[in-house]
Amino acid sequence: MTFEQFIFYLLGAMAVISGLMVITVKNPVKAALWLVLAFISTAGVWIMAQAEFLGLVLILVYVGAVMVLFLFVVMMLDINLAQMKEGFTKYLPFGAIAAIATFAMMYMVLGPAHFGLEVTGNPVQHPADYSNTKAIGVPLYTTHAYAFVLAAVLLLVGIVAAIALTLRRRAPKEVLYQDINKQNKTSVKDRLTLVKMDAVVEKPVASKGEESK
Amino acid sequence: MFDALQAFLSGFLYDWLAVLITLVIQAVVVILPIMLAVAWLTYAERKVIGYMQVRMGPNRVGPGGWLQPIADALKLMTKEVIFPNQSNKFLFIVAPVLSIAPAVAVWAVIPFSPEVVVSDINAGILYVLAVSSILVYGTIIAGWASNSKYAFLGALRGSAQKISYEIAMGFALVTVLMIAGSMNLQEIVEGQQGGIWHWYLLPLLPMFVVYFLSGLAETNRTPFDIVEGEAEIVAGFHVEYSGMTFGVFMLAEYAMMILISFMTAIMFLGGWLSPFEGIPVLETVFAWVPAFGWLAFKVSFLLFVFIWLRATFPRYRYDQLMRLGWKVLIPVTIVWVFVVGAMQYFKVGPWFN
Repeated sequence: MTFEQFIFYLLGAMAVISGLMVITVKNPVKAALWLVLAFISTAGVWIMAQAEFLGLVLILVYVGAVMVLFLFVVMMLDINLAQMKEGFTKYLPFGAIAAIATFAMMYMVLGPAHFGLEVTGNPVQHPADYSNTKAIGVPLYTTHAYAFVLAAVLLLVGIVAAIALTLRRRAPKEVLYQDINKQNKTSVKDRLTLVKMDAVVEKPVASKGEESK
Repeated sequence: MFDALQAFLSGFLYDWLAVLITLVIQAVVVILPIMLAVAWLTYAERKVIGYMQVRMGPNRVGPGGWLQPIADALKLMTKEVIFPNQSNKFLFIVAPVLSIAPAVAVWAVIPFSPEVVVSDINAGILYVLAVSSILVYGTIIAGWASNSKYAFLGALRGSAQKISYEIAMGFALVTVLMIAGSMNLQEIVEGQQGGIWHWYLLPLLPMFVVYFLSGLAETNRTPFDIVEGEAEIVAGFHVEYSGMTFGVFMLAEYAMMILISFMTAIMFLGGWLSPFEGIPVLETVFAWVPAFGWLAFKVSFLLFVFIWLRATFPRYRYDQLMRLGWKVLIPVTIVWVFVVGAMQYFKVGPWFN
């Protein structure tokens, strides 16, 4: 077994096990963390397949940003597991039918008949200085430029919609707003007044019992 | 050297085992000096801040206090690790591991001098960015697993801050690779050859500032250390940690500080290149300085700036911090991406010819 094979099987096993754990562990936070591990091991497999750009971007985007936000949401949830398990047996047949149907469809499209070296041929071995960042970037900005821009516009619409839906000004009685410009423009004169006073000389206090001893 | 070792080992071991042993030795060779640097960085920090505040700083353990880090480490290691009531024990232990592991894994692609790098990969910058983005999980999980309100609030603040400043950081890196035309860290350094005015510091001056500020925020250093705002949330996400579990968080923070300094030096300050290249007399005068010497000098200076800022500035308020990240730094980086594009198109200056 070469070192590459060893790493590949290790990452593959990690991906499969963590994928299974995502759907079997009870605690939703732990499930999300297993999903993170699944992403990382998948990224490792991609890097093994000489797609280091995609692998690293998978970690950067999904692990570094998407799953963090996901965890935020999951941590805030107060899930009653017993309530969620209610009616499990009642819905089991429907669930099983849906699962089998999905699996069958995926098997038809993604089954072993579509993969393997007989179908795809040997993968091309690239030299060490081959930059697959460039190999992705050039077609993305030339042949697929319109699709790329369209995707970007869709995301922008999503951002604008999300902000428009959540941005609302509440009455100043409910929430205190910070006006940064106003805060920056304040000077010492607005906040502080120095008052000239005569110095007061205290008279010596009449000595009490405990002080005189 | 390591190739020879690997060839020697594979003579009598499994192939994969030989590679694995070589990799472990390489990792130790890189990580051990960094951990030592971390230890004495804490000492340097306490000393420097001490002198800036007209105090002595630690001076009891060893001559001049030089053995203080060892005493600190021994103290942390022998202290009891306390588990909070009803905390999630497994995740409680995993959290410090998750924060230290990326902080040392990043060093795999950092070049220390020409050709001295564990793994010289094409997408070096991307690797650094991707691996340091995993660091957030240490914070979040520590806060959640502690089963404590203060720790959780600290974790939420910290992770929101980290993912916000990561965007500005990523854009700053985009401008660097636009100029260098490569994501390989060695090629980025070699692209800055030819003296101080060929460094990316000059065309990317705003990006240098943005990157360093984001680095401060990423490593939770003052003035952005609201994660552990003592006055508000006691000590942030690691309030429930004691002993070595707490020490590991500190190790990760200081290792990331050194990493940010290394990255800044490599991308903006010409890495291991001498600043006097091409200057007639100075170049020969300073020819004896080894490549790593220059890099170490630049990194030490940047680390000093980290400490200097801590001794100088008060803490930001949380909304001010978020405003700075989203409304100041990110717009600046986006504008500068276009500026660099224009400079490249019209071939301005010595950097784009």
